[in-house]
Amino acid sequence: MATPAIKVQSLGKRFQLGAKAEVYPTLRETLTETFRAPFRRFRHLAGLERAPRAGQPEEFWALRDVSFEIAPGDVVGIVGRNGAGKSTLLKILSQITLPTTGRIEIAGRVSSLLEVGTGFHPELTGRENIQLNGAILGMSRREIQGKFDQIVAFAEVERFLDTPVKRYSSGMYMRLAFAVAAHLDPEILIIDEVLAVGDASFQKKCLGRLGEVAAGGRTVIFVSHNMQAVNRLCNRGILLSRGGVVAHGPVDEVVQQYMTDGKHSPAEREWSPAEAPGDSIARLVSARIIDEARQTIQTTDIRRPVGIEFDYDVLTGGELLVPNIHLYNSDGICVFASNGWQNNTQPRSRGRHRSTVWIPGNFLSEGNFSVAVALSTLEPIMVHFWSPDSVAFQVIDTIEGDSARGTYAGQMQGVVRPLLDWESGPLAAAG
Amino acid sequence: MEAPWKGIPVRETFPGSASPARHDGVTAVEAAPRGAAPHDPAPSAVVVIEPRRAWQLVDWRALWRYRELLQILAYRDISVRYKQTVLGAAWAVLQPLLQMVAFWLFFGRMGGLEGKVAGDYSLFLLAGLLPWQLFSTGVGQAAQSVVTNSNLISKVYFPRLVVPLAALGSACVDFAVAASVALPWLIFRGLGWHASQWLVPVFALGILLVTAAVGVGLSALVAEFRDFRYITGFLLQVWMFFSPVAYPLSIVPGRWQLLYAVNPLVGLIEGFRSALLGQPFAWGPIAVSALSLAVLLVAGLACFRRAELRLSDIV
Repeated sequence: MATPAIKVQSLGKRFQLGAKAEVYPTLRETLTETFRAPFRRFRHLAGLERAPRAGQPEEFWALRDVSFEIAPGDVVGIVGRNGAGKSTLLKILSQITLPTTGRIEIAGRVSSLLEVGTGFHPELTGRENIQLNGAILGMSRREIQGKFDQIVAFAEVERFLDTPVKRYSSGMYMRLAFAVAAHLDPEILIIDEVLAVGDASFQKKCLGRLGEVAAGGRTVIFVSHNMQAVNRLCNRGILLSRGGVVAHGPVDEVVQQYMTDGKHSPAEREWSPAEAPGDSIARLVSARIIDEARQTIQTTDIRRPVGIEFDYDVLTGGELLVPNIHLYNSDGICVFASNGWQNNTQPRSRGRHRSTVWIPGNFLSEGNFSVAVALSTLEPIMVHFWSPDSVAFQVIDTIEGDSARGTYAGQMQGVVRPLLDWESGPLAAAG
Repeated sequence: MEAPWKGIPVRETFPGSASPARHDGVTAVEAAPRGAAPHDPAPSAVVVIEPRRAWQLVDWRALWRYRELLQILAYRDISVRYKQTVLGAAWAVLQPLLQMVAFWLFFGRMGGLEGKVAGDYSLFLLAGLLPWQLFSTGVGQAAQSVVTNSNLISKVYFPRLVVPLAALGSACVDFAVAASVALPWLIFRGLGWHASQWLVPVFALGILLVTAAVGVGLSALVAEFRDFRYITGFLLQVWMFFSPVAYPLSIVPGRWQLLYAVNPLVGLIEGFRSALLGQPFAWGPIAVSALSLAVLLVAGLACFRRAELRLSDIV
C-alpha cells in the first residue's frame, strides 16, 4: 500500500459522563473545588481518604484503541449503531475536538462536512451566505469567486441571490447549503449523513455529486445510516461498535456484518444436520431471502415483492405439514405471521421439500426485518421446527415518488407501509 | 435499480489546492509525496493530530491562514448588527451621544464636574466616551461570541481565536462611525488642530488591545462558566466608574494616580483625550497602563488558550 492518506493509531476519546450531562460547570462548583482540592490532597496524603469521592463524574470512553489506515483514493463508509463512536471519530478527524490518547496522521488537505449550511445567517442574502459558508468550510475568496456560478446553478437559486435566506423555502435553503459544500475541492473529504436532507430529487443530486467526488480519486470518509448509499458509494467499510473497530474491509462485507450484527442472520443460511432445528418428522435445511428472479438478496426495494424460501427434509412421510413464518422488525415487533394452509391438503412424501412465501411490494415499511421460519401440523397442533432469526433482510425506499411515501423524504411511522388508493376532491363543484 | 448518480457526468480532474489545516496540538511536517493520488499536484503537508498542546500562546500562522474567515465573520456581524432596526447605524452615534447628554447633565451640571475640567466639558466627555464605547461594545460582543457561535465551533475546524477577534470588528466600525460624526461636533465646539493628534490612533489601538485582551479572556470564561455572562455586564458598569470617562485623572489624588493607572483604561483614555484635545500628557500613569495592558493581554490570551482545546466539548 502507498503512504496511507489517513493513519489512525490507538485513538481514544474520553468523556466525563457527569460533565457531559451537565453542559457547563458553574463557577461556584469550580471555586469550591479549587478550595477543597488542597485539603483533599492533604487528606489523601495522610491516608485518610483512599476511595474516589462519591459523585465523581464517571468516565466514558467514546472511542477506545481505534486503529486503522485508509489508502489514498479509498471511499470509506463508517457504519455503526447510534453511540458506536462514529460522530466522535469524525469530530477528531476534522480537528474539532482533540483525542485523549493516540495519534492521527493525515496526508492532504481535509474538508469536513458534519452538517450542511454551517454558519448560514438568516439575515444575510444568498450571495453573502455563499461567501460566508465557503470561508467557514475553508475555501479562499478566490476559490469561492471562481466557483460562484457553478454553486448558484447547482442550487438553482439564481433569482433569489440577493434575498435574505430567511425568506427562502427550506428546500432552497438546503440546496444552497449543499451546493457550497459540494464544491469543496479537498484531497480528503469527511462527510456525516448530510444526505438526510432535502427532497428526493435533491437527495439524488447530492448522491450524484458524492459519486463524482468518489470517482475523482479523492479520499472520502462517509458516515451514514443509509446502507444503500454506503454500499454504492464506498469501496471499503469500517464497522464501529462501542467505541472500537469491529470490522474493516470491503464495503459489502462490512455492511453485511453491520446488518446482521449480533443476530447472525444473513440473507441466506444453511444448517448442518447436527444443528438443524427439527424433530422426527421434519428438519430444517436452509432458508434464504429472494427477489422475483429467485436470486438471494440482502436488501429489497420497497416497491418490489420479496420472497422467503426455506428447504426442509421430511423424515416421516404421510403428514399434513403447514409451513409458516413470523416477520419481526428491528424493534422486535412481529409485523405479521403467515402460514401456508394452502399446502395442507396433500400429505407430504419423504424427502426434501421447499416452501416459498411472497410478501408483496409496497407493503412493508423501510427497515430491517428478521424472519422466523417454522413447520407445523395443525391437527393435533405440533411444531416440527421453529427457527427464530433464521434470515434477515432490509427494505429500502429510494424515494422516487411512486412508493407510499410519494416524494415525502422525512420520517414515516408505521409497522407496515401499504400503498393505498386515495381519493380527494371538492365536495361541491365550485362556480 | 439504477444508481442515482447515473447520467451525471463524472469530472476527470480535481485541482487540489494545498493548504492543510492545522492548530494547537496539531503540527504539520513535510510529507512524503503521495504516489497513488492522481490529483495530487504537489506533496502536501501531513497533519498530525495528537492529544497534546502546543506551547505557544497564539498560533499566528493559523490565524493568518484564516484571515479571510476573520474578515467575513466580522463582516457578518457588522451587516447583521443593525438589520431590522429603524435607525440602523445611527445607533452607533446615538449611544455615545445620549450618554454624553446624560453625563453632561448629571456629572457636569448637577455634580459640578464642569468646573474641574480644562475647556468645554462636553468636548471632554465626548473624547472620553468614544474610546469607552469602543471598549464596552467590543468586550460585550466578544464575551458572548464563543457561545453565540457554538454551532460553528462544534461543527467546523478553524483557529478558535478567530471568533472573539471577529466580534471586535463591529465595535471598531461603531467607533469609526461615531468618531466621524463626532468630529464635526468637536470642531464646532472649538476643537483646534494640535500636534499631539497624531497620537490619537496610537491610543485608540491601545484601547482596542485592552478590549481584545478582556474580550478574548471573557469569551472563554463565558463559554465555560455562564456566570460570566452576568459578570460581564456588571464588570463593564464598575469598570466605567473606575476609568476617567466622566471625570479627569486629576480628580484622583496625586499619590494614588499610579496605582489607579493599573487599570489600563486610565492611561489610555486619558492619553486619547489629551492627544485629541491637545492637553499635556500624564506620562507616568500612561506608562503604568501600558505595562498593565501587556500583562492583561497575556492573561486574556492564556485564559482563552486554556479553554480553547476544550471549547467544542463545552459550548
